[in-house]
Amino acid sequence: MTIVAPELGKHSWPVMATHSGLAARLGEVLGTALIAIVEHAGETTAVVQRDALVTVIAALRDAEDLKFNQLTDLCGADYPERAERFEIVVHLLSMAHNLRLRVKVSTDGRAPVPSLTTLFPNAGWYERETWDCYGVMFAGNPDMRRILTDYGFEGHPFRKDFPLTGHVELRWSEEHKRVVYEPVKLAQDFRSFDFLSPWEGTDYVLPGDEKAAGQ
Amino acid sequence: MSSLGNAGVAWTAGDTTDVLPAKDGNEIQNYMINFGPQHPAAHGVLRLVMELDGEIIERCDPHIGLLHRGTEKLIEYKTYLQALPYMDRLDYVSPMCMEHSYVLAIEKLAGIEVPLRAKYIRTMFAEITRILNHILNTTAHAMDVGAMTPMLWLFEEREKLMEFYERVSGARFHAAWFRPGGVHQDLPAGLLEDIGAWCEGFPRLLDEFQGLVADNRIFKQRNVDIGVISREDAINWGFTGPCIRASGVAWDIRKAQPYDAYHLMDFDVPVSNDGDCYARFMVRMQEMRESLKIIKQCVKDMPAGSHITDNRKVAPPSRGEMKRSMEALIHHFKLYTEGLHVPAGDAYVATESPKGEFGIYMVADGTNKPWRCHIRATGMAHLQAMDFLCKGHLLADAPAVLGSLDIVFGEVDR
Repeated sequence: MTIVAPELGKHSWPVMATHSGLAARLGEVLGTALIAIVEHAGETTAVVQRDALVTVIAALRDAEDLKFNQLTDLCGADYPERAERFEIVVHLLSMAHNLRLRVKVSTDGRAPVPSLTTLFPNAGWYERETWDCYGVMFAGNPDMRRILTDYGFEGHPFRKDFPLTGHVELRWSEEHKRVVYEPVKLAQDFRSFDFLSPWEGTDYVLPGDEKAAGQ
Repeated sequence: MSSLGNAGVAWTAGDTTDVLPAKDGNEIQNYMINFGPQHPAAHGVLRLVMELDGEIIERCDPHIGLLHRGTEKLIEYKTYLQALPYMDRLDYVSPMCMEHSYVLAIEKLAGIEVPLRAKYIRTMFAEITRILNHILNTTAHAMDVGAMTPMLWLFEEREKLMEFYERVSGARFHAAWFRPGGVHQDLPAGLLEDIGAWCEGFPRLLDEFQGLVADNRIFKQRNVDIGVISREDAINWGFTGPCIRASGVAWDIRKAQPYDAYHLMDFDVPVSNDGDCYARFMVRMQEMRESLKIIKQCVKDMPAGSHITDNRKVAPPSRGEMKRSMEALIHHFKLYTEGLHVPAGDAYVATESPKGEFGIYMVADGTNKPWRCHIRATGMAHLQAMDFLCKGHLLADAPAVLGSLDIVFGEVDR
């Protein structure tokens, strides 16, 4: 791996040194666990086997010429059209070599993802957040409680099939002297504007117009 | 507690743990208390469930999410420009730094060129925001351990900085002024001179503040050797910003991965080796002086030119242009109804916000709305280490540790 000095001031976003040969080096370190390497916008993403996640991250942390010593972030993403719809995205930072790397695994929501808490203690809350928002389990995390949503919340709100308005709303009940949960009542229908083709018109039927169809 | 019994509260007053038999036959129990969710020293809606042995903290379990608004989900339903004001409402103590990561992420994915003047303006206001944030944190931290005067003195300066915010954007907090490609409006006449004049007067107040607390016996007793975190632990717990620099790691994204005009700035990165609350406080104090250096350079070297890109698919035309040009009018209309389209792909952009690394992981699908926008909150990593930092300390040390971590719940809970 050779480091190419960055060209400062070329663009506004953070400038990083480019490491030529990084993809080949990742191939050496990760071996059969590596599925694909994607380069986009100057960033490197390694897509790896789900079951090998812990050994992959440990190898990336311990390799002397990579030394990804900080777990910057771990989050989920939902792609409902895929067979394994959830993607778990891990961001690593190497302070020694000024490198960032993204590692992705995917799961269908039932198969648990190995927990990284044995390698990085801060993975704990990130995994709790991913469980809370996407319903992806992490095998080996000792504390899989919900973290961001309400006590007693049901469902996983960041899934694409979870409505933006949610299912329940709460209010203070003077009668019960406590906060009560009720199904969401919308004063007006949830509006989803089709910004992409404003010229062709919309394809919904205005209330009342369905009567005209019979004439 | 009984009236709340059905509201799903996880802990009730009857809960106790580790019933220990004492020598005289009386039972001694560890004590569980709720610190917050409405506690003035909790810096927001934080509920800490603490297990105490006398006054010693045995375990500390932060319950977060009381300010969770689902920002990341809301962003998925908005165009790129409509989602920008949500950023201000994350860390509401340093709004423009939150916008900064977001607009840089869009610029990176769409490959938008930014004029040099816009880079300077954003750098200058990012540093003004840093001082804004550090004034609040350092004085509130001093207040948490008993010093009231600094807050009264320095909030006047915060007010002056928010006036600068107001003059450029019209809003004191929620500016929504950084835009993809630059900033929304150019600096008004006379602002640079006023910022320059303010920079001359501020160091005197900072010195007075530091003179009041830095060598104060009570302040030192409350902070020195409290909440110590070593270099290795700080890295492992995902610390960034002043918190990791106070533990002896000279890591600053402004230096390591410079963005906007930071590569043109001459400034130092203050580092301490102690890793305690006092070190974190002092690093922030010194950072304010370094920020002043950057602001002064921006005022002195501010280049002429445009404040936003002239790419009309990204930035709107000027009002004057819209009155004369049909094409400009169409661009304005399309930009504010349909919005800009970002090519498909994902990117992670992190900037050095006043609290540390604030990152945006953006997944674009080629339309006018982000498919996924994950916010890497700085405070979440710091707050997660509360148990690690507080274990074995006295209850009264918890506010000092919390204050030194610089937590804002708008950002932690998102």
